[in-house]
Amino acid sequence: MSGAGARASGLTRQRRRSAWLFLLPMLVVLAAVAGWPLARTVYYSFTDATLATLDAYARVGLDNYLWLMRDPVWWRAVWNTVLFTVVSVSLETALGLVVALTLNAHLPGRGLLRAAVLIPWAIPTVVSAQMWGWMFHDLYGVVNAALLGLGVIAQPQAWTADPHLALPVVIAVDVWKSTPFMALLILAALQMLPQDIYEAARVDGVHPVKVFFRITLPLIRPALMVAVLFRTLDALRVFDLMYVLTGNSRSTMSMSVYARQYLIDFQDVGYGSAAATLLVLILALATVAAITLGRVRFEAGR
Amino acid sequence: MRLRRTAGRIAFGLLVLGIVFYAVFPFYWAIVTSLKAGSALFTVEAWPFHPSLDNYRAIFSQQPFGRNILNSLGVSLSVVALSLGLAVAAAYALGRVAFRGRTLLLLVVLGVSMFPQVAVLSGLFELVRWLGLYNRMGSLVLSYMIFTLPFTVWVLTTFMRELPKELEEAAMVDGASPFVIVTRVFLPLMGPALAATGLLAFIAAWNEFLFALTFTLTDEARTVPVAIALMSGASQYELPWGQIMAASVVVTVPLIALVLVFQRRIVSGLTAGAVKG
Repeated sequence: MSGAGARASGLTRQRRRSAWLFLLPMLVVLAAVAGWPLARTVYYSFTDATLATLDAYARVGLDNYLWLMRDPVWWRAVWNTVLFTVVSVSLETALGLVVALTLNAHLPGRGLLRAAVLIPWAIPTVVSAQMWGWMFHDLYGVVNAALLGLGVIAQPQAWTADPHLALPVVIAVDVWKSTPFMALLILAALQMLPQDIYEAARVDGVHPVKVFFRITLPLIRPALMVAVLFRTLDALRVFDLMYVLTGNSRSTMSMSVYARQYLIDFQDVGYGSAAATLLVLILALATVAAITLGRVRFEAGR
Repeated sequence: MRLRRTAGRIAFGLLVLGIVFYAVFPFYWAIVTSLKAGSALFTVEAWPFHPSLDNYRAIFSQQPFGRNILNSLGVSLSVVALSLGLAVAAAYALGRVAFRGRTLLLLVVLGVSMFPQVAVLSGLFELVRWLGLYNRMGSLVLSYMIFTLPFTVWVLTTFMRELPKELEEAAMVDGASPFVIVTRVFLPLMGPALAATGLLAFIAAWNEFLFALTFTLTDEARTVPVAIALMSGASQYELPWGQIMAASVVVTVPLIALVLVFQRRIVSGLTAGAVKG
């Protein structure tokens, strides 16, 4: 591409002008649906606005944030979200590795296997929540029937109503739904690995387990970190699963469910916006931490 | 030695079977449940011995589910068309023209894809009301741009960048304007990339729940996920599980068909967007 600055010819300048023209519609739409609403949310978080009176409100300074800090339900939501994120992303990474390694092996019918693995990913989150909600039903669910039959549990469990079981159930559904995404990203990384290293390892008679930990894992680490970051950011803002499986129950409530409950159900836009703003801050921190600590690199505009 | 290898093979076969069972069983169970009517619903049987289509009939007669499907289709197709149109233009600028701030713009676009939806809810609600779009499909088409635009722009930019420079130069020598270059030179080459990103955008829009739940009010205005989440039966305490499963099967079968047909495209689209280690 041609040099920048004063040496740019008339043609390059014309190209640049048209480039901005091409960008403009996209930028306007993004500003309207992302930039502006986010700014409004941050602004509302310092007011006592309600959904009914969005244009008549008083500024209340940091009051909303101070209330938030003192609300044990909010801290429960933070804890639920963090626990959900750490456990489900870890499980998805481990299972995703297993599935990806299986898909990477040369076996007959690999296309079919990959298609089967893709099914949970294609199913809408709401639908998978309902499907599992029915399977975990306390009276007529297949999970209770199977576990009773195998003698694992002595009496039927109220999976989604029991405060100790509800979050594990939500995590289990998320693992089912999101492992395919993880597996596919890992598989893509596996398929780009140079084969000659594996030849050499086999000739030297290195044990497969050692090959995995010494060769495969370090080589796919960059791709793995990107996938983990994507899933982590996704998990931190989880909403659908909790809302459909357990409603606004406190035992599973995530930060997004908490914020939406105040914003829409209680119509307390000021307070709900404060919660939403904190969620954005937490996500931003997680991203920065992942990029610096995990050395995740995004290849942008080389 | 041979014994060990056979044992290993059997273990591997069991692993494959386990993965397939784990991935497919919940959907199989939904199909079985959807075919059970009346009291058969409350018995745990792995096969519908007296299959009945009552649940399927009910969702289209007792619930406005046909309308919900049309809503979802309308919204998703509009979202795909709009985001591809905007993203192709933007991708040309970001992928083919060198200008200051290009990398920063790409990072901003990527940043938007990490926004939690709930963080823009109040501002979007205000915007939707101001535009008079509350309880209308337009509110959803507009708000879905927040998650479809970033990745369509990102993937199409990556794709545009890889196209050979000579193509564009030849057109420029002939005096073609940037608009002609995009529509006549690049667009015909972008079929696979457009298909992959369009499919992903369609699936994302089809599955969206939070905005659809918040910006629609009446049963008739709902999209499929909201309808399935809020489906209620005759009494408040008894969920119509058979109908919920029937509705789930109806909306998932086309998606699974799409995924099976286009799995290569989808995988390449997903990985192009995410893995650039």
